[in-house]
Amino acid sequence: MPQALLIRGGRVIDPASRLDARVDILIENGRIAQIGDGLKAKNAEVFDAAGCVVTPGFIDIHTHLREPGREDKETIATGAQAAAAGGFTAVCAMPNTTPVNDSASTTRFIVETAKREAIVRVYPIGAITRGSKGEELSEYADLKSAGCIAISDDGRPVQNARVMRRALEYARTFGLPVIDHCEDLDLSKGGAMNEGAVSVAMGIPSAPHVSETIMVERDVLLAEFTGSHVHIAHISTARAVDAVRRGKARGVRVTAEATPHHLTLTDEAVRAHDYDPVTKMNPPLRSEEDRQAVIAGLIDGTIDAIATDHAPHTTEEKICEFDCAAFGIVGLETAFALCHDGLVKTGLLDLTRLVQLLTLGPARALGLPGGTLEKGQPADITIFDPAEVRTVKPESFRGKSRNSPFVSRTLTGWPVVTIVDGGVVFRSK
Amino acid sequence: MTGWTQKHLLGIEPLSVEEITLILDTAVQMREIMERPIKKVPTLRGRTVVNLFMEASTRTRASFEMAERILSADSLSIQAAGSSVSKGESLLDTVKNLEAMTPDVIVVRHSSAGAANFLARCSNSRIVNAGDGAHEHPTQALLDAFTLRQSKGRIAGLKIAIVGDVLHSRVARSNIHLLTKMGADVTLCAPPTLLPQEFSSLATLSWRIDEAIEGADVVMMLRLQQERMTSAFISTMREYHAQYGLTLARLKRAKSDVVVLHPGPMNRGVEIASEVADSKASLILDQVTNGVAVRMAVLYLLLGGGRE
Amino acid sequence: MKAAASRHAKASRETRVLDGRSLGAAIASMAKAIKADQKEAASISIVGIQSRGVPLAARLAIALGSSTGKKVDVGSLDITLYRDDLSTVGTRPVLKSTNIPFSIDGRTVILVDDVLFTGRTIRAALDELVDFGRPSRIALAVLIDRGHRELPIQADYVGKAVRTHRGDMVDVRLVEIDGKDEVVLVKR
Repeated sequence: MPQALLIRGGRVIDPASRLDARVDILIENGRIAQIGDGLKAKNAEVFDAAGCVVTPGFIDIHTHLREPGREDKETIATGAQAAAAGGFTAVCAMPNTTPVNDSASTTRFIVETAKREAIVRVYPIGAITRGSKGEELSEYADLKSAGCIAISDDGRPVQNARVMRRALEYARTFGLPVIDHCEDLDLSKGGAMNEGAVSVAMGIPSAPHVSETIMVERDVLLAEFTGSHVHIAHISTARAVDAVRRGKARGVRVTAEATPHHLTLTDEAVRAHDYDPVTKMNPPLRSEEDRQAVIAGLIDGTIDAIATDHAPHTTEEKICEFDCAAFGIVGLETAFALCHDGLVKTGLLDLTRLVQLLTLGPARALGLPGGTLEKGQPADITIFDPAEVRTVKPESFRGKSRNSPFVSRTLTGWPVVTIVDGGVVFRSK
Repeated sequence: MTGWTQKHLLGIEPLSVEEITLILDTAVQMREIMERPIKKVPTLRGRTVVNLFMEASTRTRASFEMAERILSADSLSIQAAGSSVSKGESLLDTVKNLEAMTPDVIVVRHSSAGAANFLARCSNSRIVNAGDGAHEHPTQALLDAFTLRQSKGRIAGLKIAIVGDVLHSRVARSNIHLLTKMGADVTLCAPPTLLPQEFSSLATLSWRIDEAIEGADVVMMLRLQQERMTSAFISTMREYHAQYGLTLARLKRAKSDVVVLHPGPMNRGVEIASEVADSKASLILDQVTNGVAVRMAVLYLLLGGGRE
Repeated sequence: MKAAASRHAKASRETRVLDGRSLGAAIASMAKAIKADQKEAASISIVGIQSRGVPLAARLAIALGSSTGKKVDVGSLDITLYRDDLSTVGTRPVLKSTNIPFSIDGRTVILVDDVLFTGRTIRAALDELVDFGRPSRIALAVLIDRGHRELPIQADYVGKAVRTHRGDMVDVRLVEIDGKDEVVLVKR
């Protein structure tokens, strides 16, 4: 890492300070030293950011790094590579590893491995219940002191309302947000995709949208009842967005995130891809009405962050019959381009709001550091080219897995440089 | 009509009316061969057809085997248990191994919707879908249409009631596509738990069998599986039969020359009363005979265009 | 200009081999020859090969029925499924009807076709016919024999023999199918 790095001539957007101007940023000793016009520095590496946009480093609050246990799909090291290639300077690692991260020792393993091998920041998320079985609470104090920044049983809901209530109450002591994967397992049983005209025509077993909505409504009420903070993972239905909106309006401590694929695809994609399980994930791709409502939630602030739910899988688990395939797609490396191309370029979302949803929004939602460009803070910075046109080629993914429905899509707007602690961790050619 | 050009038969939905008619017309000639003293023609001599049945089925498999043998094809049946997730070889590997034996056609039945589409993507052989999960069972719909054309002389304008577990039925889906394409007036009848609203764009929906059968030319009954009872789709078989079973008394509401179809196997006393199954109105056995002819027609048409 | 020229070119390439009257006469003479051969038989069986062998068979049947007073059984045969060139012919030819509603065991069957050329159609017809039973004899009646046999097959009754080059086309047109009776030779 050089002593100084000068980012010159880029359009700097920092939602926290409402900055949107063509200014320079000087980084020294890993921190932001100055932000201003016509900066000069001795012995500084100069990066010409003309034509590019410079923002705080993106933060992904929902990633599956698969290590420990499924290093065949992804490791902390490769997941971090993928993150950096997507412009992310920090990721939050979900605990559904093998073993589940429900103990301080597993958390410490993740933290230490990340320190050694990850080129971006890795914040572990601990499990809400032991083994994520939904029955007994994990040791939140230990998890927090080992480094967990939130708790979740992601992959599964906390089906039992009594357990969810206790988790919310207990987590409050430690200031840990409770992230819920909202799905009523009885309603969604056997479902491989969203229940609707497409699933009926294709004969694929399906889960109705109410299976998500019911749990979101429940969680909002429980958060209100306990006074605790609940964060809704990967929100995907219109009625769930509405539940969060109403909750926020009456002061409930609820936040929510949405994924790039739910913002840009519907269940029609399953038909368009002819039963290819690259279109299979949980929550599933929904109807156009749902998709529009999620976008509206992004615009009016009901949804606080865009999060990838990056879920790597081996080819064996995705090249098979639809209902046998694993749920999930990778997303770190295509997230920004998809959102920029599908939402900003089409005029649905303005660029500043997109930046906020990837930086300040996620940071505030989970109480994480970063998400801003502030003098004296560690220099986590993302630089992207809003005009770059590129086709998604899985062979060039830096992550280990290739399960993406966006293969061969041509998108506009790509990250070009990712900087963590003042050091360049990704540079596209 | 330029003749058959499709590489696979994965479903009825992608077919045009001309293509469906071509299969039915060809099946007429195939049916004649079954009346000959020597039920064999050399047409597919030297061609290999593999029947990959990964879901239990004696009658459909036997029907395909018979069709293949009459056409002098070399027929090989593989009955494999389960799918990729359960123990053993993945479907992909099963197919790749089969490919190494250079079959001309693979006839596949599988419990997963889209399995035939999956095979069509990852194999070089021609694929015939013999039933994939709840998605389609094209040869069943074709033999049903053949039977109706044989009995009524046409399909357009017929009032047809399809009664039973539409939600889980690939036979229903294929028939809905075929009959509506050919201009029939289709009514679907089932309890609300088994009748998705999404079909209302293609057919009339009804929860009352008496209403659905009123004035019908054709009644097509679908099999009700035991497990629908245990997974809360219906209450009991007894109540199902009382509300949705086809009895002689109920059949009187249909036209006097009504015909009854059933893809088999039947649950006598559940969806269909024995007296109806054995009555003059029943074309159930004709369906079985016609099934062989229709499958012969499909294999004959698919193997056009020579070797690749 | 171009259309007229091609019409003129077409006219010079087509030669009428049989007109309506001579076609009828050819059929009549074939019927006469068959009648002579079948003097001892109690009944006659005729099978026409799809497509144009079928109306020819029907005409022969009428002629023979009225002149011999015997029962004449008529059947039709589609040989598509027995062809030896199916794998190279492209999309599957449409099947026409095969209908032999009488027993052929122990009888003389007269196969009827419009044109005898390489002999492969007749080979297929023979293979198919014997799957229906065991005739005591199979005879062949063709309206036109144009030579160029590729198999050792001969016709027993010929309406007219025509010399052709291999690349020529012989077009038989019948009222029942084409609206008029004639046979035309098209030179390539």
